[in-house]
Amino acid sequence: MLELKNITKTYNPGTVNEICFFKDFNLTIEDGSFVSVVGSNGSGKTSMLNIICGSIDIDAGQVIMNGEDISRQKEYVRHQRIGRVFQNPSFGTVPDMTIMENMSIAENKGQPFNLTKGVTKSRRKAYQEMLSPLGLGLEEKMDVKVGSLSGGQRQALALLMSTMTPIDFLILDEHTAALDPKTAEIIMELTGKIVAEKKLTTIMVTHNLRYALEYGDRLLMMHEANVIMDRAGDMKKNTDLKEILAKFDEISIEAGN
Amino acid sequence: MALVISVFEQGFIYAVMALGIYITYKILDFPDLTVDGSFPMGAAIAAIMITKGIPAIITLPVAFLAGGLAGLITGLIHVKLHVRDLLSGIIVMTALYSVNLWIMGKANIPLYNNETIFDNGIVNSIFVGPLADFATSIILLVIVLVVKLILDWYLRTKSGFMLRAVGSNARLVTSMGINKGKIKIIGLVIANGLCTLGGCLYAQEQRYADVSMGTGTMVIGLASVIIGTTLFRKVNFMSVTTSVVIGSVLYKACVAVAVHFLRNANDLKLITSVLFLIILVVSMDKKRKVASEDA
Repeated sequence: MLELKNITKTYNPGTVNEICFFKDFNLTIEDGSFVSVVGSNGSGKTSMLNIICGSIDIDAGQVIMNGEDISRQKEYVRHQRIGRVFQNPSFGTVPDMTIMENMSIAENKGQPFNLTKGVTKSRRKAYQEMLSPLGLGLEEKMDVKVGSLSGGQRQALALLMSTMTPIDFLILDEHTAALDPKTAEIIMELTGKIVAEKKLTTIMVTHNLRYALEYGDRLLMMHEANVIMDRAGDMKKNTDLKEILAKFDEISIEAGN
Repeated sequence: MALVISVFEQGFIYAVMALGIYITYKILDFPDLTVDGSFPMGAAIAAIMITKGIPAIITLPVAFLAGGLAGLITGLIHVKLHVRDLLSGIIVMTALYSVNLWIMGKANIPLYNNETIFDNGIVNSIFVGPLADFATSIILLVIVLVVKLILDWYLRTKSGFMLRAVGSNARLVTSMGINKGKIKIIGLVIANGLCTLGGCLYAQEQRYADVSMGTGTMVIGLASVIIGTTLFRKVNFMSVTTSVVIGSVLYKACVAVAVHFLRNANDLKLITSVLFLIILVVSMDKKRKVASEDA
């Protein structure tokens, strides 16, 4: 279970540009749930992910993961239990290394990176079996540097790599936003499959309202760093695109857009 | 002939140092100026130890460890105190000038009749007759190969994978639950260890150590790395470390030829610099062409 308790975050404190962004923000995410988060630009979606992952510090409040307060834990320590996929496909892989090497790194997460061999040749087949269901032909390119793959191929690999080892949380940060519609579709299907198979607790930020409705069992809409809509279970199933769009229009008018 | 031998000797010495710069510049993407101080530190350590009568072979591991310490300090300043990479290197480089003077006790030490790793009882009994002229280059070649093979091996280990990942995509290292600062520090330790080892070899080959001999180390190392990686980019069977070694010998050859024709050793640093500029511009031009072909 992940809890955000009374989170307060102020940008540029002590200056004229001081912005109190999160103020007493609270959110609880149950184990095994798949939460989709939507909201306009600057609504605090990605900031919320950054707070959970420790990429930005908070001024007050607590981030509690499985009962343990991790607010003071360093970003890299938190990532030992978190898998994260970014909007930019090149963030999730090492471009100068091959697919084989990238997957070897990912599989070693949680274990020491010591002076033993980086690549275990006998794992090659297992990796290829993980890649072939993607239907992107990556299993034929094991010794190709990831930097020469397309954005979609890289993102598929990044998604696979982030979930290769057991993790408590999967964080998806607009992970289909930089892809063309067809590739985005493939990545979303793959996401649904992996999350269901591994029963991962997932938080997915997206600008695609259809994906937000189609995937996950809980929907959050954020506006000005507050949750203004929270639908779970049957309530979410009965929510349709029109209703969300109407809500979006409402907040846009408020914001003067 | 003497010119050719000296090109190989110095090319190999600078190759050891260039392999260190390859780690910081190419792998870590860290412009580490510490090397201008750690290279003469190696020379200082070699000179003082040898004149004190310590066996020359011991200077090599000592120099490597001392260089590693210099790299560790640069790394800690950068990672723990959040000082910019370039500045961290400059701070340690400048401090090392005094440290080197303190090690040597004076600005320069000649090594007249002392035994070095290139000139001692064992070496002189193995390399006899016509072979004697090549003794230094052969010993250096062996040292360079050993260093290269160890580095190749390290870059294929799990720890080496993290080192390669941190320069290419530091975010991924964090995602793997690993402290990227620690990995950067490891890279700087190895790199400066190698640069100091280079300086240690240089002092023994030249038979003197001078506190100011580090000026331009960075430029020579960078030039070797860029020549090597640019020239042999398309050669698949050759490892990058081999290209750097060859690049280093080629660069030394260019400088030697230029100095030979200009007949003025005082122009050495100027030539070093200008040649580097030419190499830099030529290699950039190639990149641009490739980029436009892609478009």
